[in-house]
Amino acid sequence: MVETMSGIPLDPTYGDGLQPGEYPYTRGLYPTGYRSKLWTMRMFAGFGTATDTNARFHALLRAGGTGLSTAFDMPTLMGRDSDHEWSVGEVGRAGVAVDTLADMEDLFAGIELDKVTTSMTINGPAAILMAMYIAVAEKSGVGRVHLGGTIQNDILKEYQAQKEYIFPPRPSVRLVTDLIRFTTAEMPRWHPVSISGYHIREAGSTAAQELAFTLANGFAYVEAAVAAGLKVDDFAPRLSFFFNAHSDFFEEIGKFRAARRIWATWMKDRYGATNPKSQMCRFHTQTAGVSLTAQQPENNIARVAVQALSAVLGGTQSLHTDSYDEALALPTEKAARIALRTQQIVAHETGAASVVDPLGGSHFVEWMTDEMERQANEIFDHIDQIGRGSMLEGVYAGIDDGYFVGEIADAAYRFEREVNAGRRIIVGVNEFTENDDDEANLLSIGHATEEMQIKRLDQVRGDRNDDAVRASLAALVEAAGQPDVNLMPPIIDAVQTYATEGEIVAALESVFGTYVETAMV
Amino acid sequence: MSETPGIAPLSAEGPEPLRVVLAKLGFDGHDRGLKVVARTLRDAGMEVIYLGLRQTTDSIVAACEQEDADVIGLSMHNAGHLTLAPRMVQAVEEAALDVPVVIGGIVPAEDMAVLIEAGVAAVLGPGASAEEVVAAVRAAPNRQSPDHQSPAR
Repeated sequence: MVETMSGIPLDPTYGDGLQPGEYPYTRGLYPTGYRSKLWTMRMFAGFGTATDTNARFHALLRAGGTGLSTAFDMPTLMGRDSDHEWSVGEVGRAGVAVDTLADMEDLFAGIELDKVTTSMTINGPAAILMAMYIAVAEKSGVGRVHLGGTIQNDILKEYQAQKEYIFPPRPSVRLVTDLIRFTTAEMPRWHPVSISGYHIREAGSTAAQELAFTLANGFAYVEAAVAAGLKVDDFAPRLSFFFNAHSDFFEEIGKFRAARRIWATWMKDRYGATNPKSQMCRFHTQTAGVSLTAQQPENNIARVAVQALSAVLGGTQSLHTDSYDEALALPTEKAARIALRTQQIVAHETGAASVVDPLGGSHFVEWMTDEMERQANEIFDHIDQIGRGSMLEGVYAGIDDGYFVGEIADAAYRFEREVNAGRRIIVGVNEFTENDDDEANLLSIGHATEEMQIKRLDQVRGDRNDDAVRASLAALVEAAGQPDVNLMPPIIDAVQTYATEGEIVAALESVFGTYVETAMV
Repeated sequence: MSETPGIAPLSAEGPEPLRVVLAKLGFDGHDRGLKVVARTLRDAGMEVIYLGLRQTTDSIVAACEQEDADVIGLSMHNAGHLTLAPRMVQAVEEAALDVPVVIGGIVPAEDMAVLIEAGVAAVLGPGASAEEVVAAVRAAPNRQSPDHQSPAR
C-alpha cells in the first residue's frame, strides 16, 4: 500500500470523470502511473574514442543499468569523417567518434546486444548508424529481430531548430520512412523515430510552439509512412516523443497533458488509428539546458529539480536531468551524479510518484492544458493551410519559407529583450547578482583523442578491400536514384565493407544534394 | 522584425554605422545566440551581414572584403574556440585586413585570456547583456592588438 510520509493511505488516483489510462489520455497513459513502473532515469553520455565510451558502458552495466544512451560527436552527427577539415577540434569532444563499423564494434565490444536497449541520438546519418548497429549485432550472432532501442532519426526538427541536417528535407524524410518501413518489417523491438521538441524549445520557441511544431512533425512522419505503403497501426505504436522541461512550472505541465490529448485525438480522428498504442503519446523529457546560467552555477541544481518535478507531474516516461555546470562545459562526473540524484530525490522522497496526474482537476492546470491545446491548434491550422490539407507538405512549406526558424527567432529575441529590460528575473543574472562567483571545476578534453581516432581511421582504410567498398557505394547510389527502393539493405551492405560514414554520406549526396539554409535573421 | 512593446530600443549608432559580419564556423549549429545578437546589433543601429551557419575562415574573409566590414562576430558553442578562434584571427591577418574578431558563446573564463592573447578583440561569455554585446562590438575597431602595443605599457 502506498501512503504519505505521515502514514495516510493513498489511492492511485483521485477525481471523477476522465481517469488516467482512458482516451484521450490527458491524465496519463496508464491507470496506475508510476506505481507500476517508475520513469526511466536515462542519462545521456558519450565522449572520446569508442573504446573510452565502451568502458563507461561496461561500468554502467556492472552498476545494474540495462539501457545505454549514446551521444555522438559533431563530425559523426554531421555525417563527416574525423579527418574532414571541419572536424578539427570536434573529434570525440561532445560525444563518441564513429567513422566506420570498426568503431561501432569497439563501442559495443563485450556487450550482449539482445540483453540491453540502446538509445542513439543521431538524425541526418541515422540510417548509417542504425546499419552499423545491426551489422555489429549480427557479427556477434544476435539477429536484428532481437535488437531493442531507439534512434532519434527526427530530421524535420533539424531544419527548424538544431540545424544538424545533411541532405534536403524530402530525400531526408525518405531515409526516415525507409528506416520506419525496415524496422516495422524486421525489428519489432526498435523505435525508429523519436519526435523531438527539445531542440525547438532550446532554440528559443515558446512552450506552445514546441508542442505544436513537434506534434506537426509527428503527423508529417505518419503521413510519409502511410504514403510509403504502411498501415498506421503497424508503425505508430513504435513512435515516441521527446520534450523539454523548462522553468515555468504549470505551463510545462499543461503542455505535457495537452500533448497526450492532441496526439490521441488526431491519431484516432484524422489518421484512423484504432490500436490504443497508436494513440498514446509516450515521451522522454530533458530539463532545459538553455535555462542553465553560467553565473552562480550551483543555482542550476534548484532549477533542474523544479523542471524535473514538472516532467514527473506531467507524466513523462523517461527523464534526463541536466548537470549544473553545462552552461560552461560538458558535465563533470560529480555534476552528472548530482543531476541523477535529483531525479532519485523526486522519485523517492517527494511523493510525486504516488498518485497519477495529481494536478488533474486543478482549475488552473486544466485551463492551462486547454490553452496549450488552443494555441497549438492555431499553429496546426496554419501548417495545414500552407500544406493544402497535408501536414507533411505544410511542414515542408514551413521549412522552405522560413516560417519555423522565423517564429523561433522572434520568440527567442522577445525573451532576451525582456530579460535584458529586467521584466523577467533570472536569478544571479539580472537580479541577485554577486561579483564573487566561484569558478566551477570544469571538464576539458584534450587533443589526444583526435590523433588516435584519425590513426584508427587510416588503419581501417588500409586494411579493407577497396573494390568491395567501391562496389557497395555504387550499388547505394543506384538504389538512391530509385525512390521506391528501401535504402537500409544497401547501407547495411556498405557499412559491412568498412566504407566510412563520410563516404556513404557522399554517395547519397551525389544523388540527394546537400542542404544549405537560407541565412536569415 | 518584432520590437517588444514597452522596451526602449538600445541607443543608436552615429552617422556611419559599424558593419558587422556574423557567422558560425564549421559544424556548430547553435544559432539562437547569434540571431539574438544580430537583432540586438541591428536595433543598436549597426549594419549586420548575417552569414549564418557552416562558414569557413575563407568565406568570412571574403565577406569582409566584399562588405567592407568593420568587425567579425563569431559564435561558438562546441568547445572548439581554442582551435577555431586563433585560425580566424590568422586568416584575417593573412588577408591583410584590419578587422577585429569578437567571440561569443560558451567560453569558460579560463579560456578568455588565452583567446585575447591569441589576438581576439573581445570575448562575450554566457549571460552577457545586450549592452555588453553592443559595447564590445563598438569598442573592437579601436582596440590595440597585442602586436601593436606600445612598449611603455
